[in-house]
Amino acid sequence: MSLDNYLYLSAILFTIGAVGVVVRRNAIVVFMCIELMLNAANLSLVTFARINGTLDGQVIAFFTMVVAACEVVVGLAIIVTIYRSRRSASIDDASLLKR
Amino acid sequence: MEPLLTIQTPETVLFWFLAPLSVLAALGMLLVKKAVHSALLLAWVMVSLAIFYIAQGAVFLGIVQVVVYTGAVMMLFLFILMLVGVDSSDSLTETITGLRPIAITAAVGFGGLMVSLLGRATLGREPVGLEAANAAGNVQGIAALLFSKYVWPFEVISALLITAAVGAMVLAHHQRTTPRPTQREQSTNRFRTGSLAGAAGLPGPGVFARHNAVDVPALLPDGTPAPSSISATLKARGDVIDSAQFQLDNVDTTVVEEK
Repeated sequence: MSLDNYLYLSAILFTIGAVGVVVRRNAIVVFMCIELMLNAANLSLVTFARINGTLDGQVIAFFTMVVAACEVVVGLAIIVTIYRSRRSASIDDASLLKR
Repeated sequence: MEPLLTIQTPETVLFWFLAPLSVLAALGMLLVKKAVHSALLLAWVMVSLAIFYIAQGAVFLGIVQVVVYTGAVMMLFLFILMLVGVDSSDSLTETITGLRPIAITAAVGFGGLMVSLLGRATLGREPVGLEAANAAGNVQGIAALLFSKYVWPFEVISALLITAAVGAMVLAHHQRTTPRPTQREQSTNRFRTGSLAGAAGLPGPGVFARHNAVDVPALLPDGTPAPSSISATLKARGDVIDSAQFQLDNVDTTVVEEK
């Protein structure tokens, strides 16, 4: 087996996450798909670290995890705020700027 | 020349066992209707990725993945799911016509592009492996990089984390614009508005249905189930049990007048 297989897996998971962001309507599921995309990117970073024989890729993957945690905290707080005022977690309902 | 990195058989077996499962779980995340099931499937993908990290010599990242993602982040997701509850946005119906075919076409194109590019790309050298870099221990190696070369990004990231925590607190803070209604005012409003049906409070579930679970509607005096006795969340989830099956079918309802 070649190390490229990890990169293929990462690309596939990233694509699935991207489809989920576009297709699903529940804001929480959309957030989970963003998490999936970040995780797929992390897998490729870890694989590149192993290919290059340095730990830099792992350090950057660690930074990505911290950024993902920040993103989840703020994003879920926004979802809760929207839910509190509109009683809906659907991304189609938050369309005030359109009208 | 001997290759620098040989991948052992157990790792190959592990990859071909876990990779299809994680892709299936990720696909299932898109296809299942309930957000809670999506969260569980995502947790599975994250645990498999943690195993991949450990198999690839990133022991510290694998443990952090389990602690941060499957521990903290998924717990936060489930917590928010419980807070927000279930609503119509869980359904898989398409609201923008033609969105799904376009999305799938774009995804197949993008994924095909990525995979074919990866197949063609070459780094011009053999994979090195992490044996030398991990010689003094994976955690020690990462710490040495983190506190020398990456110390400035590390500080910036910590500022970002604190900002995010403060931001979440600001967003979650709720300020009342009107005074909280007292119990007396609530009681008065119940009698003043609409019908008197709910004045004494909503009926409890399971009443007269020979079953006292919360998902069994109460029976009204005429034998029909009372929809207001069931939580709206259970109703939206479709978890309501029909109370007709708990009725006595051979009850003699004729009233015999005593002499």
